[in-house]
Order: sequence, then structure tokens, then C-alpha cells
Amino acid sequence: MSPDIFLQNVANSITLGSLYALIAIGYTMVYGIIRLINFAHADLLMVAAYIAFYGMLVFTLPWYISFAIAIVLTTLLGVTIERVAYRPLRSAPRISVLISAIGVSFLLQNLGIVALGARPKPFPRPDDLVWNIQLGNVSFLSLTILIPVVTIILLLMVTFMVKKTKMGIAMRAVSRDFETSSLMAVNVNKVIGATFAVGSALAAIGGIMWSMQYPQVDPLMGLFPGLKCFIAAVMGGIGSIPGAMIGGFILGICEVMLVAFMPELSGYRDAFAFVVLILILLFRPGGILGENVVEKV
Amino acid sequence: MDKHAKLKFILTLLVVLVSFGALYIAQGTMNSFYIRVLNLAAIYAILALSLNLILGFTGMFSLGHAGFMCIGSYVAGILTMSPASKEIIYFMEPIHPLLANVQWPILPAILLGGIIAALFGFMIGFPALRLRDDYLAIATLGFAEIIRIVVTNVIPITNGALGLKNIPSVDSLLVYWGCAIVTLIVLMRIINSSWGYAFKAIRDNEIAAQAMGINIFKHKLLSFTIGAFFAGIAGALMAFLITSIDPTMYRFTFTFQILLIVVLGGMGSLSGSVIAAVIFSILMEVLRFVEQPMNLLGLEISGIPGMRMVIFSLGLLLIILFYRRGLMGTNEFNWNWVLNRLGIKTSHQGKRGEAN
Amino acid sequence: MAELLRTEHLSMEFGGLRAVSDLAITISEGEIIGLIGPNGAGKTTVFNVITGVYRPTTGKVVFAGDDITGWRPDQITERGIARTFQNIRLFETMSVLENVMIAKHVRLKATLSEAILGLPRYGKARQQHYQECLELLEKVQLDDVAFEQATSLPYGKQRRLEIARALATEPQLLLLDEPAAGMNPQESLELMEFVKRIRQEFDLTVFMIEHHMEVVMGVCQRIYVLDYGVTLAEGNPEEIQNNEKVIEAYLGAVDIDA
Ligand SMILES: Nc1ncnc2c1ncn2[C@@H]1O[C@H](COP(=O)(O)OP(=O)(O)OP(=O)(O)O)[C@@H](O)[C@H]1O
Ligand SMILES: [Mg+2]
Repeated sequence: MSPDIFLQNVANSITLGSLYALIAIGYTMVYGIIRLINFAHADLLMVAAYIAFYGMLVFTLPWYISFAIAIVLTTLLGVTIERVAYRPLRSAPRISVLISAIGVSFLLQNLGIVALGARPKPFPRPDDLVWNIQLGNVSFLSLTILIPVVTIILLLMVTFMVKKTKMGIAMRAVSRDFETSSLMAVNVNKVIGATFAVGSALAAIGGIMWSMQYPQVDPLMGLFPGLKCFIAAVMGGIGSIPGAMIGGFILGICEVMLVAFMPELSGYRDAFAFVVLILILLFRPGGILGENVVEKV
Repeated sequence: MDKHAKLKFILTLLVVLVSFGALYIAQGTMNSFYIRVLNLAAIYAILALSLNLILGFTGMFSLGHAGFMCIGSYVAGILTMSPASKEIIYFMEPIHPLLANVQWPILPAILLGGIIAALFGFMIGFPALRLRDDYLAIATLGFAEIIRIVVTNVIPITNGALGLKNIPSVDSLLVYWGCAIVTLIVLMRIINSSWGYAFKAIRDNEIAAQAMGINIFKHKLLSFTIGAFFAGIAGALMAFLITSIDPTMYRFTFTFQILLIVVLGGMGSLSGSVIAAVIFSILMEVLRFVEQPMNLLGLEISGIPGMRMVIFSLGLLLIILFYRRGLMGTNEFNWNWVLNRLGIKTSHQGKRGEAN
Repeated sequence: MAELLRTEHLSMEFGGLRAVSDLAITISEGEIIGLIGPNGAGKTTVFNVITGVYRPTTGKVVFAGDDITGWRPDQITERGIARTFQNIRLFETMSVLENVMIAKHVRLKATLSEAILGLPRYGKARQQHYQECLELLEKVQLDDVAFEQATSLPYGKQRRLEIARALATEPQLLLLDEPAAGMNPQESLELMEFVKRIRQEFDLTVFMIEHHMEVVMGVCQRIYVLDYGVTLAEGNPEEIQNNEKVIEAYLGAVDIDA
């Protein structure tokens, strides 16, 4: 492999890793607080991407307004999903909540197919954000820099929020001990709602950046990125924000490099993440940063 | 013994005989479209029954059913296609010489489809069943996707993304419903046996079940493997029903459909699964109109493709939110209920003096 | 009398918390032994380690000559240790009789295929277990509710059912985790008699955790006292009642017999 192509792959893997990391944070926050794999999280990417798409193409709004509307609406949708589909089941068996999450995801995908058509559509790249950069023999998109930078800024913001703000501290309290927190006058519903809001907003930003990087939208576009980001969250240690970050980057880098170095395995690319997941679950279920706890009897 | 046991046995036998008679008559009189719908219902019934064993009776949240079904379909398809069509269809890469000339009859191919799926179930269950709840769900989903991706990539065996075509077509109600009834009877006997109670004990309270001396892992693996076996059988039948298959059919969204049927029928009710499977397949056809253009009071409404799945996913949500027990809850269809309705008194405790 | 259970240097840590430390217990056949201590002292953890629910951090458990450390809970049950749970764990979808029958599953001498095919060997074995369990329910006076849903029973009977279920595994050693919890003095008294009676009838050794002092002092021959995972004292009821350290530990804690 020539150094140029290698550099190209490094750039690709960092971009992909950043996207995974950003989306994984939403999973990890929600899981940390209500112990639920929010299957619908993946479809929020799709919803955000489509809103941005329609905003720019159909309503010919400037990109920043389209993006802002997409983020706001997706956040609202995320919070509504929690309200309608998860909250009523909070004391129900765990399997029921999971089924509900699957139902929401299933519904969003199919609604997407009905409303938007099953065919992929090209996603317009705003010229202000996407241009070519030439560095010697290597040429890459501005997104290669933009995406990691946005991810890192958002990550710092979320970390600050969780560590320093009142709401963040309440989030950590609830994720540690649900019942005690609700006894101690923490408004658990509000905290959970806020968690979903933050997670959904990040998913929306992730979805928009995803469709700029791989410029295409389709109703099932969230499926695989979603699953992989959940895997990244598990890999880093579910519930841990730096863990999600680390997991996302590792997964992104491994995926790109696997295909770069062993092109004959490129057909197996999507299987790779699942293999990693299964190995992690079996040998270090707490993930890289998590602890392995003994279940209380 | 229950004083009505004989009566119930005769009734059951009667129902079985009548259903086979009905199948026989239906085969001769119904048009091929209805027969196809009924056959599809039988396949869904087998899938739902087997997922219910895993999910409803043993409490393991597995989302790997599409994967086992995929294995069953491919095994049955490859084993029964004629050597001539294999030569035509495998044009990207020729089929592996060992498989090029095999052509089995239908029934052994169905059985082997089940057995190989069970084998995979066993191998996957071995690592995966140490996990629980959502982790188990995501791991089994992952395994199913791995199966699908491998199937897409081992071209000399599976013909890759192009899939298989010209699989021999079977349209006999007796084959499909015969398999469904055998599945129902076998699972019913398992559920009512000592093993079935062990499964339910694990579902109700794993720690207590273990304290009763039950080897949790062994029993989970047993239940999972049996479930995979029947999913494989259903997959094989699916191959004969639709005669051309490809890997995209076996995405995990298919598992969600089966999950919907299980939830609709009631997690923990075999009869519920069968009823729900029939309702689901009929609704699938009845609701076809929403996807077709129609004329409503002079108003032209263009059809909306995909609308059926929206209705079904909404249905799944509504059931789990407002009617979590489904049609049957954990109840089974039983003769006591019917007899009581008919004014024949059965003892309240039908089971006294009778061990299952 | 022959030794039945022995723990050596048994410790259990959770993260940084040492729930049980360096525990040494010896129980002989036929004894009724008590384990007491304030809330959070580590009593339930001791049971969990003995029955294999947790693997001890260090030390070992020897039962009837076998080192059972690290065995799975079901293996330990089969070897002869049965238990009840502090928070009742019945099989909620099953009847009283079915709850007890679960214990017989491992003793079934037939295969699954025999059950599916309805062969007589399975039917006979199952019928025999059925009779045995009905008889057991008679002995513990639950036969009148044998076909009721287990969780529909009143609390006291649910506790008795947990004991019956444990007895159905045919144990040599029975571990009872707060069997009198939530009972009034009259009920506790009956329970005490009940425990004494089943010990006779089933030829058992009993190891019980209990907060009700009148129960512990009334039935136990020897008592171990635990505080913060450490063994404070060991002795017969009289010695324990007069032990300085025990009194101090309990005065420090709030509810002795809540
Ligand atoms: N799985 C676990 N993980 C972490 N800590 C645990 C676990 N199990 C028990 N503990 C801790 O170990 C200590 C002892 O608990 P244990 O339940 O054994 O107390 P106990 O003596 O039975 O108390 P009680 O009288 O309230 O039943 C407690 O501080 C408890 O929080
Ligand atoms: Mg305790």
C-alpha cells in the first residue's frame, strides 16, 4: 500500500470513527439511565437526514436553517418517543420495553418507506461545508476535518454538561440508582426526558454529517450505523461517555483498515462489528472502561 | 384420572382428523391463491411457535430467528434443485462439485434444513446464552446477520447475492400444515412435560430455578436448539413455497414480523401463536388493497406501497403498550373451557390426579 | 457427630466492599444453627457463597467431605444443600404443586424424547414424582391449596411453600434466609415448631438467618454473629445473649427484631 493511499485510509477511518462515536454517545446515555437499547435511536439519524434533505431541496432553505430545523424536530421526536412508547412501560418486564423500542424503530422505518419511497436519494452537499483539499498527492474532503472537529466539540460539551450542570449531576444520580434518586426529590421523568433530548440531538447531528459524508439518504440508512454504534458503546463500556468515544473510534478504524489491508474480506465488513460485539460480550462484558459487576441476589 | 379425559382425547382426535379432511378437500377445491396464503400461514405458525418456545416459555430474548430460517431455506433449496438449474443459476462462480449433482426428495431436505439450523442454534447458543435480556437480543441479532453475510459471500455454495431460483415448487397444504401440526404437537408435549416446566421456571425466576437443581445453561441451550430446529424447518418450507430466495429476505426485519405474531398471540401461548399467525397472513393479504390504487366515492387514491408494514408496526406498538398479554396471554386453548360453555361440568381442577 | 459443612477463610468482596471476611463455620449433622447480625452484615452473602450463587474471593466451602467451592448452584443443590430466599422467589405462573414438582425435574429418569413420544417410562416416573410432591404438601399442610396459583397464597403460606420446595430437592442441609420475616409473634412461634418438626421428619441439618430473636434463641443450638462481614461471636443462645461485643453491635444498630 502506498503512503498516499494509507493516509487516505487513515483519514477515512477517523471520519467514520467520529461519526460512530457521536451516535454511540446517545445510546450510552440512554442505556446508562434506563437500561434500554433504544432501537429507535438509529432511525433518528434517518429522520434528521430526510428533514435536512427536504429543507434544502424542496423548501430551498439555506443549509444552516435546514440543519437547525432537522436537529430541533428530531430532538422533539426523540423526546416524544420516550414519552409515548417507553415511559408507560417503565415498571413492565424488560422484554416489553425492548419490544416497544423495536416497534418504534420498525414503525419509523416503514413510515419512511411509505412517505419517502424506498429508493435512495442523493443528499446535497452544501458548498460552504464541503470542498476539496489537496495536500501533495492526497486529496480529501473538508468533511474529513470538519466531522472530527464537530464531534470533539460536542463531546466536550456533553462531558461538561454531565459533570458540571445540575441536570448532568441528576443524570448521573439516576443512572446510578433509580429508586433512591426519585426518593431524593430528583424529578426522574425530567431527567430521562433531558437525556433523550441530548441523545437525539446528537443523533440528528450525526445523521446529517453521515449523509454529507456518504451523500445519500434512504429509509433504512440508520439500521446498520445504529447497530454498529450500539456495539461501539458496548465496546467502550456502556453508560460511559468517554467509553462510547473510544469504542466508536476503534470500531471505525478497524472497519476501514480491515477492508484496506484485506480487500478480499470486504464482503464481510458488516459482519466484523458483530464479531467484535460477541467477543466483547463474552470476554469483557463491561467493555473497555466499564467494570464487571456481580448481579445482586 | 380426569373423568372427561376420554372425551377430550376423542375431541382432539376428531379435530385433527377433521382438519386433515378439510385440508384434503381444500386442496381440491380452493384456488391456488388461497392455498398459497394458507401455506404461508402454516410457515408463520411454525416460526411463531418456535420463537415462542424461546421467548415466551424460556424467557430468552432472541432475535436470531431469521438467521436460522435462512439456513433452513438454503439447505433445502440447494439439496432439491435439479443439477441442470444449478448449472444455469450459478454463473458468477460454478457450484461446489460436491453439491452440483445432489438432488434430494422434499421431505428429507426439510428435515436436514431443520437439523443444520439446530446445529447452528447449538453453536451460537453456546456462547450467546450466557448473556441475558437486551444483550442476548443484540448478540443473537448479530449472529443472524453474520449468517446472512456469510451466505452472501460463500458464492460457490449459496450463489451469493443472486440467490437461488427454480427451487422445486410444493403447493400441498398437507405438507405445510402437516409440518405445522407436528410442530404444534411436539411443542405442546414439550411444554407440558417436566422439561417445559423447567423452561418456565427459568423464565419465571432464574435464580430460584437454579436453586431447584436445574442446570440453567443446559436447559436454555436445549430450548434454543429446538427453536432453531423448527425455524430451520419453516425456512425450508419457505424455499419450496416461493421457489426463489436471496439473502436480503432474511434481514432481521423479518424476525420483527415473527416477533409481532408472537406478541399478538401472547408470549407463552402456543395456541395464541397459531391463531395470530393465521390472522397475520390473512391480514397481509386483505390489507393489500391499501397498497393498490383505488377509487373511493369517485376519489382516486393512489396506492401506498409499504403501508401494510406501517399498520403492522403500529399494531405491534399498540399491543405492547395497551394489551401486553396479546390474544391469549399465557393461556392455552383447552377443552374444559369449551365443555363448560356447552354446559358440561368439568372439575375446576382438571389436573388433579393427572401428571403431565 | 459428623461434620456436614465447613467454611475456611471464606471471604467475599464486591468491588472494594468486603461483605464477608475470613469466615470459619462448622456445622455438624442434625444441628440447627443460627446466623444473626445487623442489616447489611453479610448474612445473605454467606448463603449465596455457600450455595454457589457467588464465587468466593478467597477460601473454600466443604460439604460432607467434598470441596464444593466454585461449583454451580444447581450442582450444589443436587449434592444436598437447599435454600430459601429472603425476598420470596416463587415461580409465579405456576401452581403450588407445580412449584414443588420443579425440584423433581433433575431426578427424572427419562429422556425428553420419551416425554414427547409419551412412552410409559416417562409417564410412570412423572406420576411417581407427582404422588411424592402431593405427600410432601400434605406434610407441610399445603395440600389444600395444591392447585392454587403460588403467588395468590397469603404471605405466610408462600414462605412455607418456599421451604416445601427446598425440601422437595431432598437436601441434607437446609438454609433458611429470614423465614419469619414479616410474621407476627404467633406466626413466628408456629414457624419455629414447624422448623423443628421438619428437621425431625426429614432428617435435616438447618442453618438459618433470622432477625426475630425469640425464634433464634428458641430453636438454635448454636449461633454465629456477623457484623460488617466479620464473625463477632459464636456460641449457644445464652452465651450470645450475654456477649459484650454482640450487645454493643446491636445497640449500635437500630432494629433488632423489626
Ligand atoms: N452483588 C452485590 N454487589 C455489590 N454489593 C453487594 C452484593 N451483594 C451484597 N452486597 C453488599 O454486601 C453487604 C452485605 O449484604 P447482605 O445482603 O449479605 O446483608 P445481610 O446481612 O443479608 O443484610 P439484611 O439483614 O439486610 O438482609 C451489603 O453492604 C450489600 O450491599
Ligand atoms: Mg439478607
